[in-house]
Amino acid sequence: MNPQPAEAFARLEGVAKSFGAVRALAGVDLAVPPGRMLGLVGHNGAGKSTLMQILAGALAPDRGSIRIAGRDETRGWDVRRAHGLGVRCVFQELSLCPNLTVAENARIMHPALSGWGWRRRARALMRAALDALFPGHGIDPDRQVGSLPVGQRQMVETARAFSETDTAVRLVILDEPTSSLDAAAAANLLAYTERARARGIACVFISHRLHEILGHADEVVVLRDGQVASASPAAGLSEAALVERMGEVRGEEEPGATAATSRSGARRLSRPARASLGERFGIDVRAGEVVGLSGLAGHGQREFLLAAFAAAGHGGRAAHGEGAVAVHGSAAHVSGDRQNDGIFPLWSIGRNTTIGLIRRLARAGILPLRAEAALAARWREALSIRAPDIETPILSLSGGNQQKVLVARAFATEADLILFDDPLRGVDVGTKRELYHHVRAAAAAGRAFLWYTTENAELVHCDRVYVFARGVVTDQIPRAELTEERVIRASFATPADLSRHGG
Amino acid sequence: MAAEARARRLALRPGLALPALAFLLMLGAIIAAEPRVASYFGLTVLLGFAMPAIFAALAQMAVIAAGDIDLGIGPFLSLVNCIAATWLTDRPAAGLAALAGLVALYAAMGALIHARALPAIVVTLGASFVWLGLAILVLPTPGGAAPAWLAAVAAWRPPLLPLPLLVGLLAGAAAEWLLMRGAYGVVLRGIGGNPRAVARGGWSLLRARMSLYAAAGLAGVLGGLALTGLDTSGDATVGGQYTLVSIAAVIVGGGEFTGGVVSPAGAVLGAFIMLLTGSLLSFLDVSTDWQLSAQGGILILVLAARALRRRGRA
Repeated sequence: MNPQPAEAFARLEGVAKSFGAVRALAGVDLAVPPGRMLGLVGHNGAGKSTLMQILAGALAPDRGSIRIAGRDETRGWDVRRAHGLGVRCVFQELSLCPNLTVAENARIMHPALSGWGWRRRARALMRAALDALFPGHGIDPDRQVGSLPVGQRQMVETARAFSETDTAVRLVILDEPTSSLDAAAAANLLAYTERARARGIACVFISHRLHEILGHADEVVVLRDGQVASASPAAGLSEAALVERMGEVRGEEEPGATAATSRSGARRLSRPARASLGERFGIDVRAGEVVGLSGLAGHGQREFLLAAFAAAGHGGRAAHGEGAVAVHGSAAHVSGDRQNDGIFPLWSIGRNTTIGLIRRLARAGILPLRAEAALAARWREALSIRAPDIETPILSLSGGNQQKVLVARAFATEADLILFDDPLRGVDVGTKRELYHHVRAAAAAGRAFLWYTTENAELVHCDRVYVFARGVVTDQIPRAELTEERVIRASFATPADLSRHGG
Repeated sequence: MAAEARARRLALRPGLALPALAFLLMLGAIIAAEPRVASYFGLTVLLGFAMPAIFAALAQMAVIAAGDIDLGIGPFLSLVNCIAATWLTDRPAAGLAALAGLVALYAAMGALIHARALPAIVVTLGASFVWLGLAILVLPTPGGAAPAWLAAVAAWRPPLLPLPLLVGLLAGAAAEWLLMRGAYGVVLRGIGGNPRAVARGGWSLLRARMSLYAAAGLAGVLGGLALTGLDTSGDATVGGQYTLVSIAAVIVGGGEFTGGVVSPAGAVLGAFIMLLTGSLLSFLDVSTDWQLSAQGGILILVLAARALRRRGRA
């Protein structure tokens, strides 16, 4: 099974783990040789994070054995022991205390940082680690972590994992380490892992960015439904091959093959072009259409979605005057920031689905529970949310399935216009494809979608794309003319360019 | 370089300048109204009852550092007061054992809150009735007498600095040293910020929370003893007001209700500020009936100002 049985620094055998009724891992074998990087890919919910938490000592497996450096460590394997043997983990949700400084957070991980002058040593340790990984990071070790932007927090957490006091680092697990780093910092990190490997440090690298995995990992392990679906050298693999091995991709028809809707449906949203800003394109969404919003992140797409939501009569103040958004019909909003703007963490899947409908379901102020449950069950079925039943707490779901619940909530409201705020961020490829399929089906049934996405690949699912730059629509691209190059060009356009090209 | 870093760290400390300024302004206003306060004796009298408030505030701060809140610290001070005015005088060994037992009970309360994932606000509220009931059992009617040595300590006139200021300085410095500078103090504050991160660092959350609650119990015992030394007698209801005072002192001193953001020096300053509101009112010829309202008003003002500042920054 394992190509280098004798050499592995860390070896997991037959590791299984269940959370209540949900089986996360069903007997996984994994071997991490020293000085190599193992890429780990799979759906959200395939068991990647659970497996890594077990390897890092943060979770105890139900069954299976853990061998580190040739010794059986299954008994008494916990975070302390893992640290002592040089196993470190950068968790997906950051493990920093926001109320402590960068240096104090180093102390949390290093018991050796104590006694006289520990602060000075902690500061020097973090400064050196940050300098080594992210040259020019500009992070003060005395800054409170809570005051740092999320990208810098990710740098701190990553640098901390590679920092050494009394024990040498032997294995570093990187769970989605580049998701909140900018391109330069991500490149720095990946370059550093090459140098670390040269020193004999093993890495496990989890990412949804398959090109990062293929470009940097030595070996790629694909997890599917809590089992190893394949393990092979990265050389010679293609993204398509990986996606295929992750499996369970339903609705795989070529998106362009769907009949493009004509622009004849009822108008759902409109915003005239704002000439005073040099804008040449108004925004127009009709029933049955999927309309994309693109451009660099933070260039006014999100604000536009919120303005549209407000214009549909959902809180906030609807703008008037030039460039006011007009919405005809009802609207629902799905946020990609599910932790902050989406889920009710203490509630079940069912209640999270139906919350948008409570007012309409209620009879004389009383909620008919059976009707509510039936509705939630129907949407769980429709979007194939993987959970035993709708009473399951939403936090027991993987991130991708939680996101599906939010989409189900929007669908369940039967709103005419659905506003997507990058809802598939950090969701695995399989779930994404399923949702694309559901979006097309809902559009064919007469719904309208306004879909902001940060992934250009998703734009092919849109009938029409508006590109934003500095809050202004700089291009309107019908699907037939959509190219990545045109999107990128429009993303970097300035009003001066517009007037020059537009004549 | 080091001095600059130290200056920056001090500036970063959550709003220590504001409570310090407020304390000095209030003191200045009182001295302007009554110049005789500005003497060793005047300050001793004016600030005398700050001592129990200081310890109550530090006890509350230890609990708030864990991300919890203690609604029972006032009645706890009463209970210590009743034990000190009876058993500690008559049977010192039994009295000391009882006080040590109270500290252990506080640690056990922390363990219970952690192990059963109970809301601290409910557990400590329940405990407040237990403390009150025990206090009434120990001393059904006000009376008793403080041990002579305790009254003597409370009446001690140290050279240079009035006793309340000296106590504030020493208690504040000790708490600063343990919680803000000490290596384990970082871990303790960490559980208020992100308990999972601390657990993933390999620390026992149970031990950390028990340590904080034991520290709170110890500070509560010291506060009750200070109260007994000043009052020289026992009363099962004397401590009630200290619950509000201690929470307000922590918040006014720069602490936050959640997230493990606390400041021991600020809590001490906050205790002085809470005490001075009463004195300031009487020097301004306002009925001291308004003292509670004034203390509550200050708390609301501080929180409102903080919310505004945060919105300005965002």
